Amino acid sequence: MRFALNSDQAALREAVRDLLRAECPPAVVRAGWPGSEESDLARVRRVWDQLGEMGVLGAAVPEADGGLGLGAVALVGLLEEAGRAALPLPLMETAFVAGPLLAAAGEAALVERLAAGELVVGAALDGSGIVPFAQVADALIAGDARAPGGELRLLRPPAFAPLESIDGARGLGRVAADAGLVLDLDAAALAAAWERGALGAAAQLLGLGRALLALAADYVTERRQFGVAIGTFQAVKHQLADALLALEFAAPAVLRAAWSLDRGAGDAGRDVAVAKALASDAALQVAATALQVHGAIAYTVEYDLHLHAKRVWAGARAWGDADWQRTRVAAALGLLPEEALR
Amino acid sequence: MDLTYTPAEEAFRAEARAWLEANVPHDLASGDSAEGFAQHLEWERALHAARWAVVSWPERYGGRDASIWEWLIFEEEYYRAGAPMRVTQNGIFLLAPTIFEFGTQEQQDALLPRMAAAEDLWCQGWSEPGAGSDLAATKARAVRDEAGGGWRLTGQKTWTTRGAFCTHMFGLFRSDPGSERHRGLTYFMVPLDAPGVTVRGFGRLDGDEGFAEVFLDDAFVPDDAVLGGVDRGWSVAMATTGSERGLTLRSPGRFLSAAERLVELARDRGAREDALARDRVVRAWIDADAYQQFTLQQVTEIAAGSATGARSSLNKLFWSQLDVRLHETALDLLGPEAELDGPWSRGFLFALAGPIYAGTNEIQRNIVAERVLGLPRK
Repeated sequence: MRFALNSDQAALREAVRDLLRAECPPAVVRAGWPGSEESDLARVRRVWDQLGEMGVLGAAVPEADGGLGLGAVALVGLLEEAGRAALPLPLMETAFVAGPLLAAAGEAALVERLAAGELVVGAALDGSGIVPFAQVADALIAGDARAPGGELRLLRPPAFAPLESIDGARGLGRVAADAGLVLDLDAAALAAAWERGALGAAAQLLGLGRALLALAADYVTERRQFGVAIGTFQAVKHQLADALLALEFAAPAVLRAAWSLDRGAGDAGRDVAVAKALASDAALQVAATALQVHGAIAYTVEYDLHLHAKRVWAGARAWGDADWQRTRVAAALGLLPEEALR
Repeated sequence: MDLTYTPAEEAFRAEARAWLEANVPHDLASGDSAEGFAQHLEWERALHAARWAVVSWPERYGGRDASIWEWLIFEEEYYRAGAPMRVTQNGIFLLAPTIFEFGTQEQQDALLPRMAAAEDLWCQGWSEPGAGSDLAATKARAVRDEAGGGWRLTGQKTWTTRGAFCTHMFGLFRSDPGSERHRGLTYFMVPLDAPGVTVRGFGRLDGDEGFAEVFLDDAFVPDDAVLGGVDRGWSVAMATTGSERGLTLRSPGRFLSAAERLVELARDRGAREDALARDRVVRAWIDADAYQQFTLQQVTEIAAGSATGARSSLNKLFWSQLDVRLHETALDLLGPEAELDGPWSRGFLFALAGPIYAGTNEIQRNIVAERVLGLPRK
């Protein structure tokens, strides 16, 4: 029994964290809002290139297809770091979902380009047709991986109608249901892609939550009212302690779900559902708390908090919100007939 | 990352499971009543005779030299088997780790075997009428008795769980009369039959005589009743409270087993058709599972040599809130039957104490905010 990353996995995570801390500060997140005054997508793309040079983009692609063949345990930490930085690009969708998915579909040429960092892939597998990062992507994957007999389509080049998100960096696009070409995937590959997306989303939410909590803790330590730092007030302390509690008990569930996925365990779907439910709730709680303890300064677009908070408000509902995930857990516990799930 | 146990650990689990299934008594009276306490003592002695009382201790003290992982496995199996609460817990889970850390060889050899065998039964003497959450306000005093070669203890301790049935108490006394707050305190271990000690039991919320107040009037204890050095009691006590808040007192096995029973109750009570009730059951089950995963991560860190420290307050906040929610959900499923005396209503009353004892949850939040998040004290 050993509930921890090994040293290689920890080192890779550390390297990604260092890279993003240096190369993806809030100014770059703002540069990732297409159409905004500060938009500078070329600058954002340079971060992508550096992730590609590290091998991160092809990390989940099997070695036989030119990737690193790393499992979910090795990758959830990287995705948490992408969340912490609020990276305004679909690292999770490209590296964690599209890489293995395109490899399973036999799209060898595309996989090679993806692993080389030449392909940004946006993906939405929930049947909504609303694809995040469509506006900055080179290819899109859309469709319904949850429906019985569902299918996924590849759109290259991307074809979509732009949509405005509360989080401009999400660069949404609406995709027509019949656009693109159907990918050659069996039911197991579809299910696996969904689980990876849900788990990857959970990992990103953890990182977003950690960044928001750190920002809030720093702020209440500096900000003075009534002659003292507001972080001395118990009303503030207790909210932040509860926010940390939620994150600290969601994080191990994410790592355990990654291990279950890598093992192909029978409970993997349930474990992913537990992870996403906890991570969604924790991130929403932290975002609300961080906004509240800041007061009015955080209710602006000039202050950086909104860059992370908006990603949480969007991300918590994507890939199955907490209620939906808990319904999956109910089914696994025999509290619901499986066929009632959709 | 490897969430499997070794064959040796699985063999340990199988041995524990087989023994527990064959030996666990059911339907004991409450361990917080005189009658029930006696029944529980029989169980404790059966555990000891089969060397299951203190699995993680050295063999010479009655244990099995079990690793912390094996201890965790034993706890899982213990609660899975529906075995009784441990009336010895304040000794074996709270005092013993402190004796292992701070006790002299003589103290260890004298105290631990008797504790393991449930011959000496230990209760805590922390709170006083004027010192609850504010433990450093302790007023009970220890005065040096040079002629007798020991100390004279005077003061009042209260909320002493099972004090009316125990034989010994450990707690803090002010040994430096000029001292304030957390300085000048000494950690003493006191036989409750010493002249000058009076114990008065009284009813807890559940009506059992589970509480006691302990009055000390110039009670003599010898020098070897001091644990960890004169005037150094605060740091010794903090080691004990770390055990109380953290893993050793409340391992995940207890909550996993309660969550499984809750799911069964929900199936029996038609929660399949009630989306709101179902969601509450699932939330409780998920939280019990999350506590298990958190614990596995924490034990990995402990096994690698790092101390839990202030993070034990995270454990305490989480398990105490989880325990209340689990039982509240069960009572709601039971509806009109919720008020009837039974395992869920008793468990509910027990769970309500969790956010209060071992340092109230308000104190734990302060600790998390200041010592984990680094927020300013003043």
